[in-house]
Amino acid sequence: MSLETIAFGGLAVVLVASALAVVLTKNLFHSVLWLALTLTGTAGIFLTLDAEFLAAVQLLLYAGGVVTIAVFAIVVTERLVGDRITQTSRQIFSGLIIAGAVLVGLLTFIGRAPLSRPRPPLGGDLTRAIGDAVLTRFVLSFELLGVLFFAALLGALYFARPDD
Amino acid sequence: MPASVSLQGYLVLAAVLFAVGLFGVVTRRNTIGILLGIELMLNAVNINLVAFARFNGDAAGMVFTVFTICITVAEVALGLALVILIFRVRRTAIADHLDLLRG
Repeated sequence: MSLETIAFGGLAVVLVASALAVVLTKNLFHSVLWLALTLTGTAGIFLTLDAEFLAAVQLLLYAGGVVTIAVFAIVVTERLVGDRITQTSRQIFSGLIIAGAVLVGLLTFIGRAPLSRPRPPLGGDLTRAIGDAVLTRFVLSFELLGVLFFAALLGALYFARPDD
Repeated sequence: MPASVSLQGYLVLAAVLFAVGLFGVVTRRNTIGILLGIELMLNAVNINLVAFARFNGDAAGMVFTVFTICITVAEVALGLALVILIFRVRRTAIADHLDLLRG
């Protein structure tokens, strides 16, 4: 077993366990903290796939941004109600059926797909390849992303305006 | 070349994470909890994209991962802004209580 396989196995265990904790914990705030662990573990998975840039983006935007926003939203929406930060789940049985059916379907599909491709050797700097692709092949999508962010910023500002 | 993790390994991990996130979306009652489940599902998709990009030797999948991460962050910011707005109007963050459109 190579070091990479061990790293992948450990990360997979951490990821699945923390993801289960996200959806099963009673305390909503703890749920967000487990989500932070899941997102950080995903950055580790990206590292095993030689995508250092994506791991950094994942840590900055996801583990940094999303978790901060979620904690802020919890503080705003739960404080006024009181100390009722716990949450309950409903319809666990049907949820298990739906999620299990989707999982079985996905695994069947993965098992049948002809995916015995070995991992090719790393061809050059992946970060440089990403930068080249963003500013040449996908430059229009990149510009559209800027427009989307602007619209999202305006929308969030509009939602958050004070009552008049 | 040492026996490294195959593409199937990454796909199975992403499928499990996706199913767990779907379970959270279906069972959570709090709106923020539902959003966290959606985050898990999108995260699983990102793992798939990066794994396919690495095993195909094409950077396009990683570019799309950058795009999905950015779009997800915008979506979460807007979604949580909506949650806060709904909370200010209806004084609740439980999805079952938001039945204004029920006939």
